[in-house]
Amino acid sequence: MSDTTEQGRRWHDMGGKDAGEIARGEHDFALWEKRVDALLHIAVAKGYFTVDGLRRALEDMGEDAFETMTYYERWIASITQNMVEAGAFTIEELNARMDEVAARGPTYGEAQGAGE
Amino acid sequence: MPHDHHDHFHHEGMSPSGHPFQPDNDHPLTYWQRMEIAVRELLVEKGITTAAAINAQIEKMDARTPALGAAVVARAWGDPAFKARLLADGSAAMEEMGIDPDGLKLVVVENTDEVHNVVVCTLCSCYPRNLLGLPPDWYKTRAYRSRTVREPRAVLGEFGLELAEDVRVQVHDSTADMRYLVLPRRPDGTEGWDAEALAAIVTRDCMIGVAVPQMP
Amino acid sequence: MTVLPEVTSPPFPPPYPTRGARFAPGDTVRVRRGAAPGHMRTPWFLRGRTGRVERICGDFANPEELAYRRDGDPARAVYRVRFTMAEVWGEAAERAQDTIDAEIFEHWLEAADAP
Repeated sequence: MSDTTEQGRRWHDMGGKDAGEIARGEHDFALWEKRVDALLHIAVAKGYFTVDGLRRALEDMGEDAFETMTYYERWIASITQNMVEAGAFTIEELNARMDEVAARGPTYGEAQGAGE
Repeated sequence: MPHDHHDHFHHEGMSPSGHPFQPDNDHPLTYWQRMEIAVRELLVEKGITTAAAINAQIEKMDARTPALGAAVVARAWGDPAFKARLLADGSAAMEEMGIDPDGLKLVVVENTDEVHNVVVCTLCSCYPRNLLGLPPDWYKTRAYRSRTVREPRAVLGEFGLELAEDVRVQVHDSTADMRYLVLPRRPDGTEGWDAEALAAIVTRDCMIGVAVPQMP
Repeated sequence: MTVLPEVTSPPFPPPYPTRGARFAPGDTVRVRRGAAPGHMRTPWFLRGRTGRVERICGDFANPEELAYRRDGDPARAVYRVRFTMAEVWGEAAERAQDTIDAEIFEHWLEAADAP
């Protein structure tokens, strides 16, 4: 009765798989995480991509990313992927800016510059 | 704070959950934070958005908390006609109460003496964010996503909820565009309570379906 | 042997527009299988399983296409389909008559005969 072949089942398609106890911890979201959340909302509202694109890029990141990156780390990776695909900015521009950001200082507070 | 001479968005005081906000400004910059800053600045420079719009969206999301959902539940408990409208079209009913769905397609499922509902998203972490705020970390875990559709009673047991054998557990996997809110059963002994008192016993976990309202 | 859930058709219409939905509440439907890669919203654990349409949700654009910035047209009906745990998990079900609902796109469903 049950389908014994798992060929083609993707890692994120988790329903029914064995798993242990549910870790019940919660954390309050840091400002940078809320910024990521806001960027997603805005990018989608402006039509650059949809939540489907967000999910697709998250899925394509693979299981390792799920295990080693936090939720919003994966989200900013996916948003960036989608925005590059949408032509919002180029890799060249992103490279330059990420270098500049790192040069501002070693903490988030310093690196965010004017922040606002 | 180092940047007081700018009009600077920063968290004030305590977060809605009663914890102090994380002091991320002092933490070592991570690769992904570096990316967030760079992407945000590029989008502002290219005129795709503004700092003000980003801050406004953060504030908008901060304002969405389980208290909104609790208010909807409390109203449904006291007003059968509203409850019927809520079950027929959750988003329209939200709007009646002045809560902007902003694209949320809300479906409300009702707990009864016979049926207990619980919501999950096995494929990612879909959640009625525009009503309840951001989902808790546990909702996004592998264990919750994997096990809730297969052994809901064991999962509910971990949350401290035991159900009678003759109650049917109804699991909702949010696979498409709809988002689900559980309308808990109104506890006995709450007759005559006002909306505020009713809302106070409706927790986020009750509206996900891993808990039921507790009498104070 | 397929075990089907009871469903009560909602006493209200779908809150989102729908045109030409192939299935109606109460219909017995089987979820197709599929081994392709890509972005799909039909969970593996329901593929090949038979349930009942609990309600029509409305017409929605295809997420498999939207994921790649295509428009996902034509929009097609999404159904909430209910399955018994017995149908999905067989002997491993915690309680055979508990149920699981999921929203399934029309192109993933085929008509099945009620047993």
